[in-house]
Amino acid sequence: MATLTASRSRFFRYASPATFYPLAGRLWPWFAAVAAVLALAGLAIGLLIAPTDATQGDSYRIIFIHVPAAWMSMFIYLVMAFYAVLTFVFQTRLSAMMMRALAPTGAMFTFIALWTGALWGKPTWGAWWVWDARLTSELILLFLYLGFMALQSAIDDTRRADRAGALVALVGVVNVPIIYFSVKWWNTLHQGASVSLTRAPSMAREMLIGMLLMALACWMYSIAVALVRVRALIVERERDAAWLREAGEA
Amino acid sequence: MNALVAIMRFELLLAWRRKSALATTLGFFVIVASLFPLGLGADPQLLRLIGSGVVWVAALLATLLGLARLFAADHEDGTLEQLRLSCVPLPLAALAKIGAHWLVTAVPLCLAAPILGLQYGLSASAIGVLVASLVLGTPVLCLLGAMGAALTLGLRAGGVLVPVLVLPLEVPVLIMGAGSVEAHMNGLGAGPWLSLLAALLIVFVLATPWVVAFALRISSE
Amino acid sequence: MLTDLLPAPNLLSATGLACRRGERRLFKGVAFSAPAGSLVLVGGRNGSGKTSLLRILVGLSSAVAGSVAWCGRPVATDPLAWAAQLFYLGHASALKDDLDAAENLELACSLAAEPCSRDARLAALARLGVAHRAGLPARLLSQGQRRRVALARLALTHRPLWVLDEPFVGLDAIAMAELGQLIETHLMRSGIVVLTTHQAVDLVVSRRIVVDLDAASLEAPA
Repeated sequence: MATLTASRSRFFRYASPATFYPLAGRLWPWFAAVAAVLALAGLAIGLLIAPTDATQGDSYRIIFIHVPAAWMSMFIYLVMAFYAVLTFVFQTRLSAMMMRALAPTGAMFTFIALWTGALWGKPTWGAWWVWDARLTSELILLFLYLGFMALQSAIDDTRRADRAGALVALVGVVNVPIIYFSVKWWNTLHQGASVSLTRAPSMAREMLIGMLLMALACWMYSIAVALVRVRALIVERERDAAWLREAGEA
Repeated sequence: MNALVAIMRFELLLAWRRKSALATTLGFFVIVASLFPLGLGADPQLLRLIGSGVVWVAALLATLLGLARLFAADHEDGTLEQLRLSCVPLPLAALAKIGAHWLVTAVPLCLAAPILGLQYGLSASAIGVLVASLVLGTPVLCLLGAMGAALTLGLRAGGVLVPVLVLPLEVPVLIMGAGSVEAHMNGLGAGPWLSLLAALLIVFVLATPWVVAFALRISSE
Repeated sequence: MLTDLLPAPNLLSATGLACRRGERRLFKGVAFSAPAGSLVLVGGRNGSGKTSLLRILVGLSSAVAGSVAWCGRPVATDPLAWAAQLFYLGHASALKDDLDAAENLELACSLAAEPCSRDARLAALARLGVAHRAGLPARLLSQGQRRRVALARLALTHRPLWVLDEPFVGLDAIAMAELGQLIETHLMRSGIVVLTTHQAVDLVVSRRIVVDLDAASLEAPA
């Protein structure tokens, strides 16, 4: 019991902006550096080493950014929902700030996934955009991110913005499966008009390694950017707090 | 219980005294649905294909129109404070308000839909499916819209925020609603789609009022 | 209603209440204990958080720290039961423009589950001097008349605790006297009244508690 309370208080100590601010300041350069190294390695493998695809030629190489971006777009939304739960359960202000700091990155990856998908679709399917189930769900995910950010920026009171944003993130995450399946069924109803994705051909090992490296790079990049953004949010919100003035940052 | 009935009764009475606002929503619905042939051409074949989708999109937009201000007046005149302190649990009070709103705005839409269906050359049975899907689907639209209205209570940008927040979440309703008519016209049978809509309706009626009440508390603290 | 509470005499107490609006801290360490029959006067400059304190007391807002107790029990555990003990009148009068005065009163009473006859409602309106306006839509009433319609609820409610935000604002001398009398009667029946006011009101009360928010303020006076 005593250890439990101890670890709890330790957890909450890092949930306090005053403790987290310098920690984040120390950590983010490391994450950024690791992201850069991984991205370089991933790109080198993806663009130079991985073999040309038998059916798609070199245009498939876009997956080295497309697939990690698509993964991140969904994963970041899940992480936001997780922080939303923390916001409600523990009333920690930092979790709400993390949620807010992650949203633009999530939206960016969603946009990249859509954009690179379109770039790949043109040579492969002959169209920039097809109303494929996955593409359409991804588009709606982008709308969810935009709605979250629009609401956050429209509310001046930070407590209300945090709580309202957390509620929107939770409602969104509950609805994502419903949206995904309905879009899938919609797709089968309109079979004639759409192009179904062919099964992914068995992937060369180099391709897989390159993709995983890029995914890790995106991951590290997201953490670094979120930490930088959360530091900015802390400065903005705690500008009157004594600890920040002592740190000489405000 | 009496208080719940009173909320509903006064909500209907207030709507009755502001009849013109209700007529506006209905007018918007009919006008939007009538614009599509003007933009796309009057080819009967094409109109029959897009009819159900157009009516559904118009219904989606029309329900949002009135919902954005569902709680705004209560917030401004202090009634919301009294609702929060009333003997009715806030989720139930919200549900009563949403129910009344559905009765006065969405039911007229469902009743007007057959006329629009005729404009688009839908068969009698397809119109039947269309109305059934609207009856099942519009309550979900109202519940989701109420959530948006509660979250944006008192915000300056509230009016445009509600659609941005709510429309993505309404996609499944649109797909199932328009899909049911299309499946019927393709000879696949609307049954599964209508069942899905009904399931969605039950889930949303049970869950959304709590979310709306929570959002109202967040917004009016 | 009151008789249900007889075993435990009315007692409203607050301990260590702190409030924050946005990034601004308004007050902290607000505490008082008001036994049956007390008038609690909440004072302070504009923006010192008087309305916020009342909203915290009734449970519309949550405090950053501290708690409110009724008859020794914390009220936060059962908000619905707490709401059934009090009557709250905020800045806004909670009147619907399209309903007439009598209907507005009926709506307010049914929301509070305190049903009353039409005669009782008209009598309450008469007491506040607005009976002749009972059939007019609220949007046609003047500010003072609207306030009187809202205050007519006081003549109908049986709740032991009244929490009133600036109840005297916009009233003429006759209405102020009538409101003063309603408050005095309520206090004599061992009710409790919490109110904010800028005017000097002379009420005959046996027990008066002053909560000065300037003293609990976290900002240096301007």
